[in-house]
Order: sequence, then structure tokens, then C-alpha cells
Amino acid sequence: MSATTNDRSGSAAAFGFVHRQRRGAELFLLLLALAVGLGAYAAVGIGMQGEIPADMLGYGGWLVALVLGSHVVVRLVAPYADPVLLPLVAALNGLGLAVIHRLDLSYEAADRTAGFAAKQLTWMTLGVVLFCLTLVLLRDHRILARFTYTSALAAVVLLLLPMLPVLGREVNGARIWIAVGPFSFQPGEVAKVLLVIAFAGYLVLHKDALALAGRRVLFLDLPRGRDFGPILVMWGISMMILVGQRDLGSSLLFFGLFLAMLYLATERPGWLVVGGGMFLTGAVLAFLFVSHVKTRVDVWLDPFAYYGEGTNDTGFQPVEAQFGMAWGGLIGRGFGEGDPTRVPFAYSDFIMSSIGEELGLTAMIAVLLIYGLIVERALRIALISRDGFGKLLAAGLGSVFALQVFVVVGGVTGLIPLTGLTTPFLSYGGSSLVANWVIVALLLRVSDQARRPLPDLSDDENEDDDATQVVRLR
Amino acid sequence: MNKPIRTISVFALVLFLALLLNVTYLQYWRADSLDSRADNRRAVDAEFSQPRGAILVGNDPIATSEPSDDRYEYQRTYSDSPLYAPLTGWYNYFNAQSGTCSSCQQFVEQTQDDVLSGSDDRLFVTRLVDLLSNQESVGGNVKLTINARAQQAAYDGLLDVVGDDGEGAVVALEPRTGKILAMVSLPSFNANALADHDLTKVQRTADRLQQGGDSSPLVNRAVQTTLPPGSTFKLVTAAAAIEDGLYTEDDDVPGGATYQLPQTTGDTGLIDNEGRDCGTDLIPFTQALENSCNTTFARMAVELGVDKLSAQAEAFGFNQQYFTDLSPQATSVFPDDADEPQTGQSGIGQFEVRATPLQMAMVAAGIANGGEVMKPYLVDEVQSPDFESIETTDPETLSQAVSSDTADQLTDMMVSTVDNGTASPAAITGISVAGKTGTAQSGTDSSPYAWFVSFAPAENPTVAVAVMIQDAPGLSRGEIAGGLLGGPIAKAVMEAVIK
Repeated sequence: MSATTNDRSGSAAAFGFVHRQRRGAELFLLLLALAVGLGAYAAVGIGMQGEIPADMLGYGGWLVALVLGSHVVVRLVAPYADPVLLPLVAALNGLGLAVIHRLDLSYEAADRTAGFAAKQLTWMTLGVVLFCLTLVLLRDHRILARFTYTSALAAVVLLLLPMLPVLGREVNGARIWIAVGPFSFQPGEVAKVLLVIAFAGYLVLHKDALALAGRRVLFLDLPRGRDFGPILVMWGISMMILVGQRDLGSSLLFFGLFLAMLYLATERPGWLVVGGGMFLTGAVLAFLFVSHVKTRVDVWLDPFAYYGEGTNDTGFQPVEAQFGMAWGGLIGRGFGEGDPTRVPFAYSDFIMSSIGEELGLTAMIAVLLIYGLIVERALRIALISRDGFGKLLAAGLGSVFALQVFVVVGGVTGLIPLTGLTTPFLSYGGSSLVANWVIVALLLRVSDQARRPLPDLSDDENEDDDATQVVRLR
Repeated sequence: MNKPIRTISVFALVLFLALLLNVTYLQYWRADSLDSRADNRRAVDAEFSQPRGAILVGNDPIATSEPSDDRYEYQRTYSDSPLYAPLTGWYNYFNAQSGTCSSCQQFVEQTQDDVLSGSDDRLFVTRLVDLLSNQESVGGNVKLTINARAQQAAYDGLLDVVGDDGEGAVVALEPRTGKILAMVSLPSFNANALADHDLTKVQRTADRLQQGGDSSPLVNRAVQTTLPPGSTFKLVTAAAAIEDGLYTEDDDVPGGATYQLPQTTGDTGLIDNEGRDCGTDLIPFTQALENSCNTTFARMAVELGVDKLSAQAEAFGFNQQYFTDLSPQATSVFPDDADEPQTGQSGIGQFEVRATPLQMAMVAAGIANGGEVMKPYLVDEVQSPDFESIETTDPETLSQAVSSDTADQLTDMMVSTVDNGTASPAAITGISVAGKTGTAQSGTDSSPYAWFVSFAPAENPTVAVAVMIQDAPGLSRGEIAGGLLGGPIAKAVMEAVIK
């Protein structure tokens, strides 16, 4: 055995650097993440009811089991995976659960619909199960490249589902939900992942043709229609569906995703210029001709003009959110001391305002840094990935994640106009949570492949597969 | 493919930096301005849930914050409310909203809000200690200048005369300092009903109380109602005449049963004395005041001229704002553009002369204090939550209205008015009392306003009182006279202070 080890390090030395597994570090960080989640849950009980919640043991045990279970699965099937990602999302998910539980208590006291935390825990369980399944079943992310067109088709079908008369359901003006029995689901969240896979699969094959073959118009190399067509169609259909469903946030997200991946694949910054221009044109046109876009922008520019008596109160949500966050100040009011339920949808789209109000700027910055770290890990995985598909997949997932956080947090804090999107891992919402857990699984899989030491190529090339097996079984 | 990944990383970094900066701006720099907005329910709720300091009369609290078990933690409670309501006012959810209008009515709860809520700079150390010891912050206390016995005497006396539906006011001042020893306004109200946490109930009560318009119980008549002061204003005319050197107390002054105002003919400009003895030609100055001779003082006003008379009135506080502890303060008016006949009418407190009961109390107090008019004040002391004195209000001089010699002469004549004249109902056995009555016409139909001003003891005055009876529904027109109605009330208040 020792000889094998020496050999491997010897061959890897040629590449200068070998990633270690770092599973111990991941476990340590996971314990910290659990401390965040469990501490927050206990703090909610103390702040709201003056005692540690009665179900602390059951709830805590369940959370610990989920997190440690996912850790064990990673240890078994993706031992070289990035050690930071899982703790980051575990901390966010735990914090989100605690905040939703805190809001539940207020909703219960006010006789409003409550019980979101329990459902969220169920969704988290499903998310973690899917996370594990993805890691177990998908031993090599490149397999996904085979499903380029299947993914694209599935994404379009999923996006179309809410339009169906029986399944679809309209919530707050956007028809982006489907309902099966008691469960409702936002297929757009899953479509997001599928689209990244489809884009990555298509672009990795056609990137050279897209970048090199074609005519030059002004400063831009326009690709040939036969290369560009399919992806343009894929994207165009998604965009049309989303605009038709009046789902502003997702439209923005998908447009940005498409642009980022095109740029990643072609390495032509011109696409960013063209895309940016298209975005601005589209935004101006939407502002001029789509009434609810204009309303959103007007409210964003001067929310207080749409707040209070004598107005239509369209600014109520953003103004209450800003009041709440300002009320929180630097260190927050503490759980139970604020009034976060004044903000409509405090448990979902506006969960960041609840965190800002009761945990303060400190927690806001901490959460944003966690998000930043997740994006950083995703892009780092893309950097070190050894295959084009992996690079595109990881970078695409990282970009869409960054964009989503920017759009939703920017909207809640008044940096940009408000568009409805969930806050990853924090917001109440099953589809989003499950989809995000799968995204993390994909990222971990890509990183496991990227950080795994190269098979020893000094042996006969015919034994290449065997060499890979040796590494995996270690 | 690594270069675009790096570019995208930088782009993501920019996005996150923008989010971090924006949220820092929102929660740190903009927080204060958002928190202080009047439409910010969180800030108002929090403000309203704070315990406020007490309002004290002597050492007894008349307004306190009591723990309450509903959604706001404390209920503002007023003891002896109808007695003190026109002073304390009330504190409810509407008041907790910052930026309330400056023209709105403000009582001690509002004018002393900084102290009571604990946000006043003078309470900074207290706040700091609370913060460090992690105790709930409590507001400071406000101690009023009110003398509880005098207040009760004024309230009982006035209520006895005007009844439940009547209107009137009593003000008692300490001449030396300007402290308000008693301030009563009727009809009064129960502040507890307006401080209720149920805002619908509050709104209903407020609507009911405001129905009367100007006769609303919410108006503090002692400072917010101006009426013609009638004969009590003759003190100002007499002061101007003595100060000017026109007459002294020992001189004879023109009397007579009637006096035709200059530039007038017939009944409209004819002043008479309603049957009081004012001689036929010259009479002693003292007799003119004792019998409240309209003919004498109207002629005296014409002789002095509008400029001197208005200067004297303004020296006593007319046409000025000087009282900030309750607001708005109605400005007492002396018309400085009156022509000759109007000046004659003004000299006996008619025409467009209008005064608040507080203003007439200041005329009496000014004379009592050797001519020095003190600025009236209601807040005696600001205290820490532990009842330690933080700041005591220093008396301030408003003006030297007349010389002390003039004041002495006026005092002598006023004492004589109580001893021998119209103001006799205010006489106190064993103590020399100075006083002056007044009965002002409010119009041909409605009943007249009865006034009474006095101070005692005359040698070393400790209290000056003004009584105003605006409407006493139970009494007929003929029964309404300053001396008869106001005298006993003033007497009771003076006794309460002196004894």
C-alpha cells in the first residue's frame, strides 16, 4: 500500500499540487454550522417564549442527522469534494429554519397561516435526500452532458406546466406554480438547474464553432446560425414563457445565466456588451409598455410615495422591509423583539428583512458573506475543473446563484427594483430548497472530480480505468 | 476558459460589494432617519410601549405609566383627572407619533415629552446607566408648580358657581416668581378616556369632546380663550395714569353719572355707571376704583391716549407670547390703532380688548410684585427617574410694568376696593386683600362675562388670582357680576395658599 501511495504522490508531484480530502475540516465546519442552526432555534425559543423550545431535542436531532448524514455520504462517494460548500449551505438552511420558525410563532399568535417551519424541514429532508442520491447515482458529472437536449426539453416542459389549466396556479400575479394535492411547486427552480446543464452540454461542444466560425459584424463575431440557432431557441422559449408568466425575477435570472455561459464558452467579452445592451433595451421597453414593470420601478425610486393613507400602498412591502432593517440597526433587535411579520411574505421572498430586523446588520453581512463564499467556491471549482463541461457547469451554477442572491437581496434592501425570487436556502419554499440542494450536489461532484488526484499515467494506458478505481477505493 | 471565469468572479465580487455597501447604508447611515419617520409603526409602537416619567404635583404623581397586560406594555393613568386634565393633557398612540403638528394643542405630556420619554439631553447620564446596567429605560419626572390645595379650591369654587355645563377658568400665580399655583378650566374632561389603548374608543371620545367647537372641554380656557376683561382692565388704565403722572392715588379724578365719548353723539357713545355712585364732577381716585366708575376710566383713557395705554398694556404682557408650558397660548390683545372713542371704550376693557385669565392674573401679580411682571411657568422641576432634581426652573422677569411706587398706590386702591367697594366678597378676615371686579358685555343677547382679580396679603403678596366666568347656565343675566360670583372663588384660592 505504501508503495502505491508513494507512486501517486510522485506522479502528482509533476502537477505541483495535490488536493487533500479535507473531510475532517468539513466535519468541523459542519459542527459550527449546526451550532448556528441549533443556536438560532434555541434563541428563537428563548426570545419568543422565554424558554428553550420543547421540541429542541427532536428538531435538533433531526437537523444533526440530516447534516451528518449528508457528510457521511460525501465522505463515502465524493471524498475529494470541496469541504467548505456543505457547511456553508447547512448554516444557511439551519438559520433559515430558525427564522421561519420565529415568524411562525408570530403568525400563530396573530391567527394567520403558520406552520411553515415544519414544512420547510420536510422539504429540507427531501432536499438532502436528493442531494445524497445525486452524489450516489452520479459518479461522474460528464454523464450529464449526454442529456443536453433532454434537459432542455424537460426545462421547457417544466416551465410550461403552470400554464396548464388544472395544475397551474397563480400566486400574486405570477402564474409560476403548479399544485398537486396539498403540495405546490415552482417548476422554474428545477428548470433553472436543467437549463444550466443544457447550456453547458451544448456550449462545450459548440464553443469553438461559436467563437471562431461566422461573420464579423461591427466589433462582434456573429456565429453561424446552425451553431447558434438551437441554443438561441432554447433560451428564447424559456424567456417567452417567463415573460408570459410575468415572472420578472426568473426572466432576469435566465437572461443573465445565458449571457454568462455564452461568455464563458466563447471567451468573447463582446457578448457581454451585446447582452447588456439587449438587457437595457428590454428594460426600457418593459418600463414603457408593461404597466407592472413601471409600477415596480416607480415604487423602487420613491417607495414612500406609495406608502400610507391616500396611496394605493404598493410601496407597503418595501417600505416596511426598510423600516424593519433600519429598526434592526447594527446588532438587531433580537429574536422576538422586532416586528418582522409586518412585512408581507417575510418568511419567503423577504426573509432577509426579518434577519436584518432581528439579527441586525451583523447577520446581514454574515449571510451575504456566506453567499459570497458559496459563489467563490463554485467559481473556484470551475477554475480547477479539468474538463470543459465541468467548468461550464460549475461556473454556470455559480453565476446563477450569485445573480439570484443579487436580484433578491438587492430588491429587498432597495438597491434595485423588486422582483420576486426566493432567497437560496433561507426562504420558505420547497422547490427552491430542493433545487438548491441538488445544485450543491452537482458542485460537489464536479469538485470531487477536479480535486481528485490524477490517475497514475506512468502505467500502461490500457489500465487507465483500473488506476481510477484504485484511487476511488482508497 | 479560465479567463472568463476570473472575469465573472470579479463581476460577482462587485455585485456582493454593492449589496454589502447598500445594506450597511440602509441599516447604519439611514437607520436613524427611517426610525424617526412619523409613519414608522415600529418606532411609534416602541415609543408607546416605553414607561414614561410621572407628572407630579408636590410629591404626588398625577400622571403615571402603569404596567398593562395588552399589546403595549404600559397604560398611562391619570389620577384626579378632571382636576388636572387641562394641564396634563393625555398621552395615547396618536401622540407617540413624532412630528405632530406645531399648531396642535399641546399639554404638559407634549411640551415635556422629551423629559417624560427620557430622550431629553439632560437625562443622558441616566440613559447611559440604564444601558450599561441593562435596565429598561424610564423617562424623567416633571414636577409642576401647582399647589394642590389651591388647585382643589379653585376647581371646587368654580364648579360650584358654573355647574357641570358652565364655562370658566381660574388662574393663581405666585407674584414673586410667576409660578402657576392653580390653573383650572371648566368644563374639564377625563384624560384616562383619551389615553386608552383602544384607539376607536379614543377617537369616539375625542369626537364627542370636540363637538362643542370653541366651547370644547379640550380647550384650556385659562390660556387659550381670550375675552373682554371688562372693569378688571381699569387696573391697567389706572396704572398708566399714575405712571404717566396724570394722577396719584390721592388726587381727585373726573367722575359723573355719564360721559359722552369724543366724536360721538347720543346713546352709542354714552358711558354710564349702571347706578354706582361716581359723584357728579370730581371724585377721589380711590372711590372711582372702588365703585368701578366707567365714566372716570373711559375719560382717563381718552386723556392718556391710545399710545400710552397700549404701551402700558403691553408692559403687562398684552400682544405678546410668553407661555410655553402649554400651547398654543392665545395672545391677549390691546388694539393699538384705536381712535379716540374706541380708546375710551378700551380703557374700561371693552371694544376689542381681549385677555386670557392668565393675562389678568399677571396684571394682578405684577402690581403685587412691585410692578415687576414675572414670566408665568408651570414646570417647576425636571427630575431623574429616581426623583432626583436635575433642573429647577429659574424665575424670569417679563417686564417692569410700573414703578414700585405706582404699584404701591394701585395696591392701596385695590385694598380699598375690597374693604369698601365692589370687590368685598373676597375679603378675608385678618388679612388685607387687594382686588378688582369686572363684568364685561359679550353682546346684547348672551350673558356677560364675570371677572375677578385679586392678591393677598397686600403687604407681602404670596398669591394673585384671576377668575373668569364665561358661561354659568344656571344663573340669570342679572345675577352675573364679577364680585358676587368670582370673589368667593378668589377668596378660597387665596386662603388655600396663605393658610
